[in-house]
Formats: sequence, structure tokens, C-alpha cells
Amino acid sequence: MPPAGSSSRRERANLWCRVGEVRALALIYARLVEARIRAQLEYRVSALLQLLGAGLITAVDFVAIAVIFANVTELGEWTVSEVALLYALATISFAITDLVIGHLDLFPQMIREGTFDQILVRPLPSLFQVVASDFAVRRFGKVLQGIAVLVFALTTLEIDWTIGRVLAIPLAIAAGALIYGAVWVALATIAFWIVDAIELVNAFTYGGSFLSQYPIGIFARWLQGLVVFVVPLAFVAYFPALYVLGKDDALGLPQALSFASPLVAVLAALVARAVWRNAVRHYRSAGG
Amino acid sequence: MIELDGVEKRFVVRAKTGRLRRERREVMAVDGISFAIERGSMVGYVGPNGAGKSTTVKMLTGILVPSGGRLRVAGLDPSRQRIELTRRIGVVFGQRSQLWWDLPLLDSFELLRHIYRVPAQRHRANLDRFAEVLELGSFLSTPVRQLSLGQRMRGELTAALLHDPEIVFLDEPTIGLDVVAKAAVREFLAEVNRERGVTVLLTTHDLADIERLCSRLLIVDHGRLIWDGGLDELKRRYGQERTMVVDLEEAAPPLDVPGARVVRVDGPRQWLSFRRDETSAAELTAAVAARSHLVDLAIEETEIEEIVRRIYATGAAPAVS
Repeated sequence: MPPAGSSSRRERANLWCRVGEVRALALIYARLVEARIRAQLEYRVSALLQLLGAGLITAVDFVAIAVIFANVTELGEWTVSEVALLYALATISFAITDLVIGHLDLFPQMIREGTFDQILVRPLPSLFQVVASDFAVRRFGKVLQGIAVLVFALTTLEIDWTIGRVLAIPLAIAAGALIYGAVWVALATIAFWIVDAIELVNAFTYGGSFLSQYPIGIFARWLQGLVVFVVPLAFVAYFPALYVLGKDDALGLPQALSFASPLVAVLAALVARAVWRNAVRHYRSAGG
Repeated sequence: MIELDGVEKRFVVRAKTGRLRRERREVMAVDGISFAIERGSMVGYVGPNGAGKSTTVKMLTGILVPSGGRLRVAGLDPSRQRIELTRRIGVVFGQRSQLWWDLPLLDSFELLRHIYRVPAQRHRANLDRFAEVLELGSFLSTPVRQLSLGQRMRGELTAALLHDPEIVFLDEPTIGLDVVAKAAVREFLAEVNRERGVTVLLTTHDLADIERLCSRLLIVDHGRLIWDGGLDELKRRYGQERTMVVDLEEAAPPLDVPGARVVRVDGPRQWLSFRRDETSAAELTAAVAARSHLVDLAIEETEIEEIVRRIYATGAAPAVS
């Protein structure tokens, strides 16, 4: 057996190596995305129009929520401001995911046309390359919308602030984005078997965002079980919001779940990665 | 450098047979192929459409996972050690671009430098060299989507070689190119092989690619290898019959020359079929010249499709497996 000292040194060296690896990937990501944005800006008018369009949709969305809140004062024992917090967390997470991997809805096309081939002949993880292949600046408006609602919620709520609760908000947003991302990636792998499943996949991704914007107490029992235990959408906003607001879970689940989002997010990401890796081995490419 | 041992690839094909009924059928795209390629050689991989050429190359480059058999490229298992392998190989797919469509060629190369982590100096030296040989200078800052096919292909070749790969796989690298561009691509590949010792495996429809570049030829058909050997040996065995086209001073009845027979007459032009092992082109020329006023002549070699047909006709297929 080697002396304990050298093995821990090796572990440390290994860790540094991994840190270096992540740094290198981050740099390449920045370069690829920058190149994509530069390409998008080549068509300035088109980019501007898309941004305008997205802004308009966001504004309409916003009016819809305002109308609901103007007529309802309470939703499943949640006040308007509390629901706004929930909505804001879910929306920001979703918008970030959409910004970073929204182009996964073009993934089936990549499979059909066989352009996934070129991803597999480059020395980078395939999922990384798919993620880095685009970045939709026009989707940025949705993030701003979420932030506006968050500001509204935080200024109208009387929260008993602790360090934990302050940290919980950015952590919930990051974890939420990761959970959405994991669900989308796992769903996108369907394309390796069925190329034209995009509408089915969309129903789940956009439907999922809808589900996580509301207190789960208002859902049917089976749906509650689904978003807590199967597709962990309840961890995007619901459990973090419970923690920040100091509320009890309507289902009587242990309060500790309020802290579980980052853990669930990492777990979901690992599952998604495993699903992806298995799916890539079933890639059939196009043509002879 | 490259080793295949009984490699297979099965695809499941679902075909609609009725309104709702679907038939599930297995297709053997590659049906037990074995061969080995040594470092530094240039090998041509030839066959009709749908013969399994591209599928083989995709398995060798780690894109497709084989259904059976064993394969090693540079000592690695392509699908399981994909990322390690990609650093040591270069890939050019004639019909698919490796470049970034909206970016200038130079930006694509710069991105590739970071992706493959090529030291800046080495990158510079390689790019300068390739730009010189392939004459990239005039279109380095043009977006890829605006390049002609020939220009793009020269860009693809550069992109595939910037990270100093040991092996290059080329799938139809000359498809759709004009004669000048074809010649440029061939010359470049020959140089890369000679000066850098890069192992080259190329699939092609164009026998001239092989003739110009490859000492060894693999012919695949219906997922099986039916020929593994030199082009000269192939021609000696299956390309014995050649055709001499002679232009006479004026129209004449079919010539009667020993060792050859006239297969076609068109005015003063006649086509004579003869066998390599029976008559030499020189003897035949002399014989024709002795019988009439010979103005001009040309010799036609056998084409690859015809050779494949003859391999089957002699019942020799599959010759190798």
C-alpha cells in the first residue's frame, strides 16, 4: 500500500486537474457562445425584431398574471405576494434554462440531418457541445420579467430574513435551472429513437414550467406525487419558497425537503447525464 | 494503426406494410469485415452506394457503435474511448461541414485550436503551411457559407489536419469538385502522407483518386469485403481487357489484327479490345500502323464499377472476409 501522504497528494493533484478541466471547458463555452452571438448579430434587424417580439410576449404574459392576481386574493392558502415569489423563482429558473439550452428543441433536426456526427468527432463531451452550439439572446426578456416579479414579491412580503433565507433565493434559482435542464436533456434523448417527438417533448418542458409556478397544494394528489418524487419539479420553486416564507407543506412532507433542492438538482443532472450517455450509443447517424 | 476483426453493424428498419402494421426488419449494413492498416499507408475504401463504406468509417471514428466484432484505431476502442481518439484522428465528410457556417474560415480554425488545445505556435506553423499549399489566403476571412465547394473543401482539409492527427478519414473528399480542385485535394493529401507520415483512409467513387493516391485498395459490397490488395494486381486479374481507340486517316472496314478484336466502328474511328497478357499496347500499335494510316490513338482502362461486376462474374466474391 502506498503511504497515505502520497495518495492524498495525488488526490489533490487530481482535483486540480479536474478544476483545470472545468476551467478549460468554461473558456471554450465562452468562445463558442460568443461566436454564435456574433453570428446572430450579423443579422441585426432580425435579431432586433426577435427581441421585440419576445418582449411583447413577455408583456402579455405579465398582464395575464396581473389579471389573475387582481381577482384572486388567495390561492391554496397562499397570498398573492407569496404566489408571486413562487412564480418568480420558477420563471427565472425556466428562463435561464431556456436561454442556455432552449435550442434543444432543434436537437431532433440535428439527429435527422446527421449533423450530430461532427459533434462526435471532436474532443469534447457531446452534451457539452450540443449545449454550447447556440445561445438565444432574444430569450433574455423572460429573465427580466421574472426578476421584476421577484422584486414585487420581495418588497410586498414581510419576510423574517436570515442568512439562510437570503442564500436560499439564488440557490433555488440555480437549482431550479439545473432541474429544468436535466428534465429537458433527458426528454431530448427521445430523438435518438423517435425523431419526430418534439411536440410531445414540448408538452412536458413547457407544461413543466407551468406546473412549477403554482403551489402544489392546489394540484390533484397524483400530480403532487409526480412533481415531488418522479420529475422533481416541486424542488424548482415550491420547496425553496416554503423555506423562505416559513410555511408548512400542504402535503405534510418533512420540512427538511425545503433544503433539498440543490441536492435534488445535482441528482437530476447526474441521472440526465447517464440517460444521455446511454442514448448516444444508440445514435444511428443519417445515410449509408 | 487500424484493425478490424469481424466487425458488424445491424440496423433495425421499420417499414410500413399496411395502414397500421409495421414490419421490423434487420439490415446488415456491415457484415463481418476484417482488415488491418499499417501506420503511414494510404488506403482506398471503395464500393457502390449503400455498400457499407460510410458505416464502416463512422464506426472507425466513434460515431456509430458496432453491433459485433472488434475494432481498434490507434490502439483505442473508438466508441468507448471516443474523446481520446478524436485528438488523434482527423475527419473530412465530403457532404457535411466541420466548419462554422456563419463565421469566417479563420475564426473556425481559431475555435478548433481551442477545442483541440493546440499550442499557438504549432497552430500558426500548421496554418501557414496549409494556407500556402492549399492557397487559402484569398478567402480566409470569408464566411464559410459564401465559399465555393472547392474552397470549402480546402477549408475542411485544413480543419481536419490542424491538430496534427495520426490518421485521417476522408469520406468522398473529391465529390462534386471540378478537375482543378480535385487535383489540388489529391496533391495535398499525398504531401500530408509523405511529409507528415499521416495514415489516410479514404472512401471514394472516383477511381482516379485511388490511382493517384493509394497503394492499397479495399472493395466492399453488401457489407462484405470483396477485394483487398493493390490496384495493379486488381487490374491484372480483372482489368485484363483494355480498349485501344484508333483514329485512321479515313473510314475503313474493321481491322484484322492478331490479339485484338474490333468492338465498335464509327467512321474513321475504331475501338479494339485486347488483353494485357496477350498483346502489349506497343505491339498492337505497330500492327495497326502496318495495316493502315494511323493518325491518333488512346487507351481506355477499365472502370471500378465494371471491375466490381467482373469480380462477381468470376464467382470469386467474397474474395476476402
